[in-house]
Amino acid sequence: MFDYSFHWRPVVKSLPELIQAGLVTLEIASLAMLLGVVIGLCLALMRMNMKGPLKWFAVTWIEIARNTPALFQLFFFGFGLGAFGINLSPFTIILTGLSFNCAGYLAENFRGGFQAIPVMQINSARCLGMNSWQAYTRIVIPQVLRIVYYPITNQMVWAVLMSSLGMLIGFRELSGETQFFASKTFRVFEYFAAAAVIYYVIVKIVLGASRLLAMRLFRY
Amino acid sequence: MIQIRDLHKHFGDLHVLKGINLDVNKGEVLSIIGSSGSGKSTLLYCINGLETIQQGTVHINGTDVHAKNTDINKLRQKLGMVFQQWNSFPHLTTLENVALAPRIVKGKSKEEALELAAKQLKHVGLGDKLKNYPVSLSGGQQQRLAIARALAMEPEYMLFDEATSALDPEKVGEVLDTMRLLAEEGMTMICVTHEMSFAREVSDRVAYFHEGIMEEIGPPQQVFEDAQSEHTRKFLMNVR
Repeated sequence: MFDYSFHWRPVVKSLPELIQAGLVTLEIASLAMLLGVVIGLCLALMRMNMKGPLKWFAVTWIEIARNTPALFQLFFFGFGLGAFGINLSPFTIILTGLSFNCAGYLAENFRGGFQAIPVMQINSARCLGMNSWQAYTRIVIPQVLRIVYYPITNQMVWAVLMSSLGMLIGFRELSGETQFFASKTFRVFEYFAAAAVIYYVIVKIVLGASRLLAMRLFRY
Repeated sequence: MIQIRDLHKHFGDLHVLKGINLDVNKGEVLSIIGSSGSGKSTLLYCINGLETIQQGTVHINGTDVHAKNTDINKLRQKLGMVFQQWNSFPHLTTLENVALAPRIVKGKSKEEALELAAKQLKHVGLGDKLKNYPVSLSGGQQQRLAIARALAMEPEYMLFDEATSALDPEKVGEVLDTMRLLAEEGMTMICVTHEMSFAREVSDRVAYFHEGIMEEIGPPQQVFEDAQSEHTRKFLMNVR
């Protein structure tokens, strides 16, 4: 029969550590998204506007990031590069891997966003004497950001959850920390249940913040 | 003045403009009429360099538009353009729509640009819509916004590409009135239009385009009453 008895006390005792680890998770996800947005934007522009090696660089990045498991990508930056004598810290590995993955997905979101802007918007801007840089930064990109805002939010949630892969390369974010305590105390269910709640709360905070930001940013 | 000499434009195999020669003087209002696909709009695009050309020249105040060393962004400040689709910038208020280019292209201060923008918007009758976003404006209001936006660059010439064709019929009048006002103030204008009464009453000259050739040009009286070309007479009969 069912003879598992729950013991929550160890979980409660290590709650400060878990919450601390939750903040690490949020930090990793935010940094990865920041890099992902900047790189993704560049990849989308390279894919759409460039020819030759730069275009193929972007296409290859996007293809690999989207069409292979994120875990493999992480392992590549960890054990793969390690095999060549390039040893990155767990923090760098998870940040690089997550950014690589997010940039690939976001690039395609951005591409969709750019394609949704009528070419006449650019023509109108150019007719007012703006150069193409001004037309892009003042007219096109603000509108693209609005279009891709909610897909970006989605990706941010995904980044928070995906950072749990850090556990598998020995990084002590929320999942890594949970694993550490679980194996120390054998209260596996309790620790992971608590971690799930913390993940849920983090995502709720992220979504709430993005909604507030949207209200401030988008006035039309 | 605008000088066009032996202008040829091809889109692939399609020969859209077949040797256009045209001078537009300062202060003149020229209307271009003709059926769809006759090259009227393409001519405007060639004048402000939105389209490349295959042969011939376009000079604005003596500057070759299509020369490699021409600063096209500088040249375009002299040429205001209003399109069929008004292309308001949806993320900016009407005031910001108009103030943006004077600020970032001409380097005016923010206050100066906003003041200029407000003045231009009042001029086209949008003085009470300064804080509105384009999405809350009607088509006619957005088209007047587009005119104010072009005027804020203090251009010497205004190019209108079927500025009223995409509007609801009851909104056409307000935009035409604004164009009339500009003409009265002495603005040099090239208007591609399907509004025959506007072409007739406002223009100094009317040009008729047929399959990439300027078949007829002259004072409205002459073109409308006494057209020389068979095609012009046929076209005018059909649009009446």
